[in-house]
Amino acid sequence: MIYIYSFLFAGVVSLIAQLILDNTKLTPGHITSMFVIIGSALDIFNIYDLIVAHVGAGALVPITSFGHLLIHGGLVRASEVGFIGLAMGVFDLTASGITSAIFFAFIFSLFFKPKD
Amino acid sequence: MEKKLYDKLVVNHKPKEKRGQNAFIAFVVGGLMGVIGQLLVEFYSYYLGLSSSDASVFMIITLIFFASLFTALGFFDKWVKFARCGLIIPITGFAHSMTSAAIEYKREGFVTGLGANMFKLAGTVILYGVVSAYIFGFIRLIIMGGA
Repeated sequence: MIYIYSFLFAGVVSLIAQLILDNTKLTPGHITSMFVIIGSALDIFNIYDLIVAHVGAGALVPITSFGHLLIHGGLVRASEVGFIGLAMGVFDLTASGITSAIFFAFIFSLFFKPKD
Repeated sequence: MEKKLYDKLVVNHKPKEKRGQNAFIAFVVGGLMGVIGQLLVEFYSYYLGLSSSDASVFMIITLIFFASLFTALGFFDKWVKFARCGLIIPITGFAHSMTSAAIEYKREGFVTGLGANMFKLAGTVILYGVVSAYIFGFIRLIIMGGA
């Protein structure tokens, strides 16, 4: 059952993005930025946490989860040390993704040439 | 009159976007990415005995690894052109933009080319993610007084 929910959630998010891309002049850059902001806004009242609890990894794969993880890490740290925790914890949960994306991009760029 | 004719010609020769088909492909591909993510999470938590939060970190890294590798091998661009937002919106789009920028600008030098341009697309995501996380985090802390 969780597979169906995963499929539906990730699919619907991509579908909305595709509709915005086709019907407006916004570029993929605009849309991904927008979705990150939406993901982080949905975490103000723990809505995204609820979605993750019900949908599973389908909610972690779209870029909206990036915004959710950023604010979530900040809030977890802020509950320990107060407001300054926001600055300390923002990258806590996304560090693995950003680090590995940078690392793999660099390593592969050493070994491969542009195709065209 | 000529203006009218010109407008008509432009409309006739504009490439027709199949919006319905694009949307359907994006839905299916994006959904499949979600299913793959869920499969990987269960695979890692079952075979490596990880907690579900650790398994999801492994899952994200796995997707990023393969997106970067396929981009470097050259055929991920075709997939992205086909599925559009189905692959741009999942975390694969993030990795794809970074790897393609890194490979593209490598010829301009490792510092001024690769280093300066790698975050051209991914940078906006990180920038607006951090700014919004900060602002919404403050709002949340003021409203609810702690997490």
